[in-house]
Amino acid sequence: MGCGVTKSTQLQLKPCNRGNISVPAATAMRAALLIQRWYRQYVARLEMRRRCTWNIFQSIEYSGQQDHIKLYNFFGYLMDHFSSANSQRNLVSHMFGDSDLFLDMEWERHVCYKEIEVPDIYTGPHLFFPLTISNVTELVDAFKNKQKLHARYVLQLLGKTWTLLRLMPNISHVCTCKHKEITICGDLHGHLEDLLLIFYKNGFPSAETPYVFNGDFVDRGKESIEILLVLFAFLLLYPHDVHLNRGNHEDHIVNLRYGFTKEVLGKYQVHGKMILKLLQKIFSWLPLATVIDQKVLILHGGISDKTDLNVIAKLERHRFVSALRPLKRRGASARQKDAALEPDGDDELSAGRRRVQSLTHGTPLRFRPEFPRHSVHSESGRTGRSVEQELRERRRLAGLSLSSDSDPAQVLETDADEWKQIVDVLWSDPMSQNGCVPNEVRGGGCYWGPDVSQEVLDRHKLQLLIRSHECKQEGYEFCHNGRVLTIFSASNYYDVGSNRGAYIRLGPDLIPHFKQFQSSRSTRELTLRQSVGRTELSALQALRMQLFTHKSALIHEFQEYDPQCTGVISVKHWAAAVEKVLRLGLPWRVLRSQLVTSSTQDGQGTLDYHHWVNQLSVIQPSTEIANTSLLETLYKHHSNLESIFRMIDTDHSGLISFEEFRQTWKLLSSHLQMDISDKAISDLAESIDFNKDGSIDINEFMEAFRLVEHSRAETEAPPSPE
Amino acid sequence: MKYEQEEQVMSGLSGDARRVKSLCFVKFAEILLLESIITETQKRISNAFDVFDHECNKTVDVREIGTIILSLGCFPSEAELHDIIAELEDEEPAGFVRYEKFLPTMTKILLEHKFRPITEDLLLQAFKVLDPQKNGHLEPEELTKYLTQEGESFTQEEIDEMLSAAVDPDKNVILYKDFVSMMTFDDTR
Repeated sequence: MGCGVTKSTQLQLKPCNRGNISVPAATAMRAALLIQRWYRQYVARLEMRRRCTWNIFQSIEYSGQQDHIKLYNFFGYLMDHFSSANSQRNLVSHMFGDSDLFLDMEWERHVCYKEIEVPDIYTGPHLFFPLTISNVTELVDAFKNKQKLHARYVLQLLGKTWTLLRLMPNISHVCTCKHKEITICGDLHGHLEDLLLIFYKNGFPSAETPYVFNGDFVDRGKESIEILLVLFAFLLLYPHDVHLNRGNHEDHIVNLRYGFTKEVLGKYQVHGKMILKLLQKIFSWLPLATVIDQKVLILHGGISDKTDLNVIAKLERHRFVSALRPLKRRGASARQKDAALEPDGDDELSAGRRRVQSLTHGTPLRFRPEFPRHSVHSESGRTGRSVEQELRERRRLAGLSLSSDSDPAQVLETDADEWKQIVDVLWSDPMSQNGCVPNEVRGGGCYWGPDVSQEVLDRHKLQLLIRSHECKQEGYEFCHNGRVLTIFSASNYYDVGSNRGAYIRLGPDLIPHFKQFQSSRSTRELTLRQSVGRTELSALQALRMQLFTHKSALIHEFQEYDPQCTGVISVKHWAAAVEKVLRLGLPWRVLRSQLVTSSTQDGQGTLDYHHWVNQLSVIQPSTEIANTSLLETLYKHHSNLESIFRMIDTDHSGLISFEEFRQTWKLLSSHLQMDISDKAISDLAESIDFNKDGSIDINEFMEAFRLVEHSRAETEAPPSPE
Repeated sequence: MKYEQEEQVMSGLSGDARRVKSLCFVKFAEILLLESIITETQKRISNAFDVFDHECNKTVDVREIGTIILSLGCFPSEAELHDIIAELEDEEPAGFVRYEKFLPTMTKILLEHKFRPITEDLLLQAFKVLDPQKNGHLEPEELTKYLTQEGESFTQEEIDEMLSAAVDPDKNVILYKDFVSMMTFDDTR
């Protein structure tokens, strides 16, 4: 089955020529039964452990994602509720304003790769346009050898890709009419090795071997840009046979947090920002779905009960640069700045959480007409109006009739519909119960049930939905009575050995055939037991880190259960407290034995919590910070912090000024509703010592807070399987 | 308070009556103990169930029930497992099992110790039985033959997986004593 497909050993079974003593049949049967029963039980327990491990990784992942969206929504909230005199708003405003600054025409001028010279010492691959197959194979080989493509060629390639994508419809229609089999791949997430493995097993894309890549090419893995370049190169070579669907990670806002932005800036220090800007455009121009033979729908996330392919086919997809951000208003006057649609209810600070819900679902919309500050219309008149009232009011003001096309309010309503269609397509997940509810775990899209699959697919006369977006142990998984298929192509996604990747071959009979794989030789050779053990250790490590960052909150919770300050609480209370603080929805009591050593608990089911919390502190930052509680805060929110930094650093220089840094803290502390004093911040600045030129290198700063495992942690961990 | 009253009553009773009373005490203590065992057992069941309850709505896909039951420490045969699952499914099987049905069934199974555990010794015994010449090892093809043709046969996948862990790569035999020790070591984790 080719390299590394299954973990089974192909044994040569010799004929059995054992001696003359044979085992009586009845005895043999009893023995066999016993061994079988025992082994199956063993495998079940292993599966339980694997599942627990999986849940750990997944809940940490989704909680991070949800966190990110909350943060982003918070900025939106700032934008809408604070006047432009507010410095925080200013800081944030250019994040929202920026990407539409460049009109398409300007870009043609702006992206001038021709001025970039390729020096003679450059040993990487050269690209010549129009591309040939040998050029592209050269490119792939170069990447295999860890070479980098020169920025000039990158920009040239991206420019041509952009030009091509603009010609494509929102939904590509493909047929298997020439008895071709189509190959469909799921999330790649920067795992170049997996892509290369797929090409090795299945062949390069060509007229005979058409491919659909179903989104999430970037983020997390370290070779995202290489994957993009390879996919785009093949797209340019075979525009009719390579189909790319947009994923939720093809989004510059998401990239800020999940590593793609950092990767590009790291690899292309001079031209990185231009590359990123161009990619923003390209992402927005990626098609949203592919349909095969009018029967099989392929899109990245999923659907909702409101999904309508006709609406999707007609909208202007490139206007939705980020799926996290609703559109700016069209036809607005010059004075009206970026009033994002505000799908929210009240002005409370808890709007942060509420927004998470309403990013996706049909809560009443509220439009805030953007009047200049000295206008007659006061703020107070606008609160508490419903959508209909608002629309009516605006129409009245504009003196327009209901059915007018140029009605800005109506345009807004269409925008909101379209936005929801896109968010649902990119972010939703299937669930097993009927219905359709907002996807609060991720913070975007819906959870949709089998009834919705049936209704939507039947309505469009489709028979199968192929989607990605969720990591699956075996690389693929059916659900909804076989009408929905998840395909995921990044093997070892959570950690080495966590899962296989897979791809689909689909012929004219439209019956999917699966090929699985797992990159990295060493994991292929692990037995089930070994790979479970390994991934488990790593998940527990990740979990311990999460616990560590919430130390103070945990102690506080424990103390609630220990009014007499005995220092000891029951295991039941321990579990309840941990869940309350971390909110990961994990079975803490089951995990207890892995997280609590025997020294911290006695036989009576109680726990010395101070001791336990101290045991967690086996991790420390690679720098000495005097203020340890600030340090804890820093580490806990470092992802958010980094996101904010990168958002502020709009010219992608990797540097922000001290003032911006201070403002970042202010922002973060208001988002978290925490108090961080100015003094604490300047103390921090001193410890880090970046007074040299008044600016802070983001990467250096984040590096300072990278946590380093004590060697003690290793010796404490249970002995690894082999 | 109850105890004090009992004490008073006790001191005024005759010998026989006192013996009966102490038996009652013992029974009472046993009941308390049993209650706590039941609670602990039910907690274990609940935790195991939750791991597979992906939508947090107290239902689990029926295909995962077998795993849950086995992971709770019992050793039913495949046939027995099928019976349990049949009992757990709804009148109109919808592909999932609900917690309110699972809990009482599973509690009974665990408390009755219905499916006795297979200890390390017992397991080792089973292997030894298949090795009448007492070589201390088994050939892979022999074991394969037994496990795929006898009893409740292994699937190809099951035997492949077991052999990948059991076969000593140098000697190409199954040193079953080592194998059993290694596998049962995991129980201590």
